Amino acid sequence: MNGTLKRAAVACMAMFALLMINVNYFQAVRGQTDTFQNDNRDRRNYFERYAIERGRITAGGKVILAQSKEQDGSIRFVRRYAEGELYAHVTGFFSPYTATQIEGTENKLLDGSSADLLLQRGIDMFTGEPTRGANVDLTIDPKVQKAAYDALRQSGKRGAVVAIDPKTGAILAMVSLPTYDPNVLSDPDPGKVTKAYEALDPKSLDTPLLNRTTERTYAPGSTFKVVTTAAWLEDDSSRDGNTNVDAPTRLSLPSTSATLPNYGGAACGGGNVPMAYALQKSCNTPYGKIGLELGYEKMLEQTEKFGIGQSLQVPIPVVASSLGPQEDPAAIAMSAIGQRSVQMTPLQMAMIAAGIANDGKVMKPYLVNRITNHKGDELSAADPEELSEAMSAESAQKLKAMMVSVVNEGTARAAQVPGLEVGGKTGTAETAKGRAPHAWFIGFSDKVALAVLVESGAASVGAEATGGGVAAPIAKSVLEAVQSR
Amino acid sequence: MPAKRRVAQLVMLAFAVLIVMGAYANVGLAIDEQVPSGMLTYGLGLGGFMLAAYLVLAKFAPWADPLLLPLVTLVNGLGLVMIFRLERAEMPGASATTQLLYTGIGVVLFAVTLLALRDHRTLQRLTYTSGFVGLFLLVSPLIPGLGKTINGAKIWIGFGPFTIQPAEFAKIALVVFFAGYLVAKRDVLALAGRRLLFIDLPRARDLGPVLITWGISLGVLVLQRDLGSSLLLFGAFIVMLYIATQRTSWVLIGILLFVGGAFIAGQIFDHVGDRFDVWLNPGSTEFYDREFGGSYQLMQGLFGMANGGILGTGLGQGHPELIPLAFSDFIFAATGEELGLTGLMALLMLYALIVQRGLRTSLAAREPFTKLLAGGLSFIIAWQVFIIVGGVTNLIPLTGLVTPFMSQGGSALLANWILIALLVRMSDAARRPPPQAIQNEGLTQVFQR
Repeated sequence: MNGTLKRAAVACMAMFALLMINVNYFQAVRGQTDTFQNDNRDRRNYFERYAIERGRITAGGKVILAQSKEQDGSIRFVRRYAEGELYAHVTGFFSPYTATQIEGTENKLLDGSSADLLLQRGIDMFTGEPTRGANVDLTIDPKVQKAAYDALRQSGKRGAVVAIDPKTGAILAMVSLPTYDPNVLSDPDPGKVTKAYEALDPKSLDTPLLNRTTERTYAPGSTFKVVTTAAWLEDDSSRDGNTNVDAPTRLSLPSTSATLPNYGGAACGGGNVPMAYALQKSCNTPYGKIGLELGYEKMLEQTEKFGIGQSLQVPIPVVASSLGPQEDPAAIAMSAIGQRSVQMTPLQMAMIAAGIANDGKVMKPYLVNRITNHKGDELSAADPEELSEAMSAESAQKLKAMMVSVVNEGTARAAQVPGLEVGGKTGTAETAKGRAPHAWFIGFSDKVALAVLVESGAASVGAEATGGGVAAPIAKSVLEAVQSR
Repeated sequence: MPAKRRVAQLVMLAFAVLIVMGAYANVGLAIDEQVPSGMLTYGLGLGGFMLAAYLVLAKFAPWADPLLLPLVTLVNGLGLVMIFRLERAEMPGASATTQLLYTGIGVVLFAVTLLALRDHRTLQRLTYTSGFVGLFLLVSPLIPGLGKTINGAKIWIGFGPFTIQPAEFAKIALVVFFAGYLVAKRDVLALAGRRLLFIDLPRARDLGPVLITWGISLGVLVLQRDLGSSLLLFGAFIVMLYIATQRTSWVLIGILLFVGGAFIAGQIFDHVGDRFDVWLNPGSTEFYDREFGGSYQLMQGLFGMANGGILGTGLGQGHPELIPLAFSDFIFAATGEELGLTGLMALLMLYALIVQRGLRTSLAAREPFTKLLAGGLSFIIAWQVFIIVGGVTNLIPLTGLVTPFMSQGGSALLANWILIALLVRMSDAARRPPPQAIQNEGLTQVFQR
């Protein structure tokens, strides 16, 4: 019987060997994959979220936007946002299951799990110090942010303001209204958060959760004419603001009986005007005609040079803006004045203004200025990089001069700041029938480029309340804040 | 000649108790940053029980295997620590005090078995009695008024406030029966019938006992919804049949019968068939969200072990209380979370050593009944560990069984302490030197009148 007994013994040992191999495989290999480490059905991840002191998020190196506060109980650290609604769309929130905006994109640095912090973690482990996340300092200038927020808020409308340093791409202000309190959505109680979250109507386009500067596109209206102007200037280097263009009262469109009128059906000068005049008065017909002459391909090329069509990470995600698909020949005339299927994020419009202000070079926009560990040692700092060259320096100079004349003599006079050279362009974008048009302003001074959008901000089509009336004064407040800092 | 090694055993036993005490202190330090207040009582309790077990063993089974008792003590103690730890995490149902009490009763039963059963061969005479007792225990949960259904399984009987899982005791009685029966019938069962391919099939008329055991196993599966016990019993029977008759064909027939039976049961009863799908795809939302027979528990266990990784979170520093039934069926996963791969390897090694000591006893035993009984009892430990640990670690489909000596629950603990007492008794007999023949000079022997 000993023979079979030995074989049975071998079978028993084989069973143990199988169990051991499997446990090794599971705990060392399979269990270490994302499937088992980052499943939100595992409530350990939930406790872990609150077990680590996350790093601070600061603006301009001084104002604390987000920090972790220690408390008693199984939830050790809760996230608090001292500035609350003012920075909600920049910081995002840190809920039991998700983290958005900077809280989300910089999560691995903030919670200390990033590979960049490996050395620090190793040292902490040996010295018995608890792991602490890195601090993230943003490029936002608190003064500019506050000015933009207050000015937009005064309009009482939904909208967005983005301000960029044209020379570096550093984002100085990012405001989206309506806003929300990130403290409420960062409560550790999932039930409370879900309730608060649902109350914000997350599926609607009107939700406060939406970062209107980066997550939603709008028809840019007449502000898009600067892109058409850029394409026109680039097409022939002999052109400038004094070059005369055709400006009929109504432009007949090819292969259709429809015609393109000017704003309110008005005439544009004497029917043949200098290009600068067409921009100042925001005439539609010359731009429609230029669009037809340039054609879809050249227009597309110019938009791509401004970065349109790319989705960016700044590091918060920015949806791609778009000229729209190629349609019938008449469509490009509409696209050239920023209607039809042209869709832009406010950040993209600010990038266009910044590119023009920076002699044609579009810098990649960014929000993170500096990463430091919890002791304050710098781990990394922003390194501005060029995204694309939108136009030659000469063309940019010509366009700048034309945009300055728009503020000095044209539709954007409300953006004038005494003693400061300001360039800009207003826009009134028609949206769905029956809804008031969106009011736009994009522009620059020597230190900042910006875009202002006020949703349904223009009282009605045909009234004088174009983008110049509503959006330009907001831009003025931001320009003044930048100047006084 | 084997040595008694009583001192070594005492040292090992003290070592096992010390490890357990250390683990216990560790839990307190991690949770409250101080040594648990009841530590002395607890240590003295466990140490006292084990000293008593040791004294009984030293007196009444002096030649017994020196490793079995320390190994079992360590596993039992680690189980106690895990249950204590889960109780500290306020997991409903976890009670270290109750488990310590049952450990005490288990040790008493261990001692009683050693005292009462001076010669295990007495059991051979009780072959059929054991069979009937085993069968009665197995079906007792189905008797109206006596049986209790808990969590959908009809595997409990109740006396007032007490509930017993009779299958745990039945398994010992049935292994005794199998051993006695097979020793008596093995010559007949080994007779070759027809030859198919390379295998000698047994004679058709000898299939009877196998079919009866198969029928009972399937009955347990279907009527009590207890796949674990069913698999455990049938597996033990087939392996013992193989050891006794030395015929591979029995193993093949057994596997075919069980797989066939389980397949048919799977077709008829969803709760059996689903286990297979859940095993292959535990992470799917469909199974995870299912209220009964889903993968929620399995996944929570796997999350725990994944979280523990190689070194574990440390006792008291993980969240094993998130795993449903972490103190009973899933205690292995809970241990994996806090002690990590390192701890689980050590634990599996302990079980492997217990089984190995049992099998050595079987090999060293002198007569067939002891060989079969020791072999069967050792195999049933290995088989049970394989089924539950394999299930919890997603190696095989999950089947509810207790982890021997670790899981909270009186019946299993008591039954397993009796099982160890039987192995100790048999190892004492196996290692005891045979009586010395009286030798004198020359070839003649002197007979005294």
